[in-house]
Amino acid sequence: MTERMTMAGAINAGLRAAMERDPKVLLMGEDIGALGGVFRVTDGLHKDFGDARVMDSPLAESGIVGTAIGMAMRDYRSVIEIQFDGFIFPAYDQITTQLAKMHYRSRGTITLPIVIRVPFAGGIGAVEHHSESPEALFAHTAGLRLVSPATPQDAYDLIQQSIACPDPVMFFEPKARYWDKGDVETSRVAAQLDQPEGEALATAEMAKARVAREGADVTLVAYGPTVRLALQAAEVAREEGTDVEVIDLRSISPLDSDTVVNSAKRTGRVVVVHEAPTSFGSGAELSARVTEQAFFHLHAPVLRVGGFHTPYPGAKFEHDYLPSLDRVLDAVDRVMAH
Amino acid sequence: MSRVARPLGASVDAVGPLSSDGLVQLLTHTGEAVENETFSPYAAHLSADDLRAFWRDMTVLRAFDLEATSLQRQGELGLWVQSLGQEGAQIGSGHALREPDFVFPSYREHGVALTRDVDLVDVLKIFRGLQHGAWNPKDHSFHLYTLVIGSHALHATGYAMALDRDGLVASGDPDRDGAAVCYFGDGATSQGDVSEALTFASVYNAPVVFFVQNNQFAISEPATRQSRVPLADRGKGFGIPTVRVDGNDVIACHAVTQWAVRHARSGGGPVFIEAFTYRMGAHTTSDDPSRYRSKAQESYWAERDPIARLETYLTARGELSDEFRAEVEAEAKALCERARTAVRSWEREPLLTMFDDVYALPHATVEAERAWFERYEASFADGETAAEGKAHR
Repeated sequence: MTERMTMAGAINAGLRAAMERDPKVLLMGEDIGALGGVFRVTDGLHKDFGDARVMDSPLAESGIVGTAIGMAMRDYRSVIEIQFDGFIFPAYDQITTQLAKMHYRSRGTITLPIVIRVPFAGGIGAVEHHSESPEALFAHTAGLRLVSPATPQDAYDLIQQSIACPDPVMFFEPKARYWDKGDVETSRVAAQLDQPEGEALATAEMAKARVAREGADVTLVAYGPTVRLALQAAEVAREEGTDVEVIDLRSISPLDSDTVVNSAKRTGRVVVVHEAPTSFGSGAELSARVTEQAFFHLHAPVLRVGGFHTPYPGAKFEHDYLPSLDRVLDAVDRVMAH
Repeated sequence: MSRVARPLGASVDAVGPLSSDGLVQLLTHTGEAVENETFSPYAAHLSADDLRAFWRDMTVLRAFDLEATSLQRQGELGLWVQSLGQEGAQIGSGHALREPDFVFPSYREHGVALTRDVDLVDVLKIFRGLQHGAWNPKDHSFHLYTLVIGSHALHATGYAMALDRDGLVASGDPDRDGAAVCYFGDGATSQGDVSEALTFASVYNAPVVFFVQNNQFAISEPATRQSRVPLADRGKGFGIPTVRVDGNDVIACHAVTQWAVRHARSGGGPVFIEAFTYRMGAHTTSDDPSRYRSKAQESYWAERDPIARLETYLTARGELSDEFRAEVEAEAKALCERARTAVRSWEREPLLTMFDDVYALPHATVEAERAWFERYEASFADGETAAEGKAHR
């Protein structure tokens, strides 16, 4: 069955489906109940599932993650909403020190199937701490998985697969794309999760990148908020005679470097685009992997387009701070010059 | 909760977190029984056998603790964290628990571990660097040690919230009901996570007992650096009933914990207990308390030893026979011998197990690195590992 949905609506529908499938699934967060969350992603769920399953939490991010860990030890699957990217740091210790390491330190006796939803990235004219892209900080931590959808379809599938996954998953939602619409096929993921090996199938699929557009000259790698930008750049580049392949990573941890490396071996040119600062970012990791695994196929150095090594600037600067169509095309031109 | 003021005598401080103000006590430090209207009923069920069992556990624990310290000094353990002096607080409270109560310890709770049937010898695996978690928490209703101070207060609170959801609080059958019990120290009360745990526990009315062992030191810093009021007062601002108990009185610790878990299990919500005790040993084997505290203070607390106190009481009543003492001594000796033998015989698990259990399901980065490392190790022709000092070429 296919329905037209916004990305926010697709996440909402995915949460609803997960809650209907498994009574142990709970939502926790600030203002997610009667209000439906500051972005209304949980709209209507409190009304239908009640206080016990859609929990308005005290205003304490560490407390939300920490109590979710305790509840997971009695088999509850909490889906946590962190209100904005910049508010995740009070929970950073619980996420990286406790949540990420518990399965390892308990020698596999404790699994913590917790999903942490993080509306992230910029472009909405917000105030300080509301537009950040801290994904690399979590991708650097063993024990966490990290995905970011770019389309309503992936948002719908990935949220349910993340909830089914036995490992903790950081779910980075590109807030500027919340209201983009797309067709969402709703029966496939349900059928997958109904299978006996559903958790494993879902977890494996979550980790796969998607070739969003095929091309022969340059591989443009993006995820979350920059996938649409990469596709736009590919359209413009085609008019200028360059055939750009666009890869939507979907997963940052694990990173599906095979898909990127295979593409790089064909095109010989790679540009990575993300909103996060490029320095020590996921583009740097990808660049290292492509260099290690496809060095003799490369015609040009791997380039990165992203944020700068500054705090996220005031909203009047963000148009210039964020990767733009021009900056992406400039990078494409530079790799094509080799 | 009314507090019964029963000063211990000379204390190290007149007011604040190091005062002996308002401590519940059922056995004085000279071993005399005292009545407490509120809490004596919670110790009334204790038979002479029960008290002998407390004494046995405390005695065995101390012998083990000293053995582990020796093993560290001999280089067999990287570190040891002594529970010396806190046996009364740990054994007394631990024996107030039963299924489905679940304990969230910090890292000094070897005594509580003993009451949860964790093999103390296994605990040494952590300190020999073999594994981070040496028991299955589910088998003992005893979580792994938490080394980052205070983080587990939230886990205990979440667990308690889940007990409530699972119908294991105020179920109508008191034998089914459970509580989470979280142990931490005076230093932890300054951590934000502990404050958040108190908030969550309070507003969700979670069946969790916060059991603070105020052993007066966070490594070298006195409890006065954490608070200017008794630590028990921390609970009040959250609307959580609090009790201050003499932590070296094993009977009082047992009674107060009995009261607290029954309160929590029956739907009364969280309780905050401060057990006022003294860390008779160092923070760990890496510490040197002579740099920050006086011999006089140590002597003062040596006179308040929790084991000696119960021993005096039982001996005066003729309930500690030579035969029983010999039996306990033999038990302690056997445990120490087993610890020595085990520690010296343990081998590290195969090298590649360090890649196990990072995730519950395969993760490409871990799998790729494991495969690479396996090839790398196999590349040493004579089968020895790089770690054993063989050159690759």
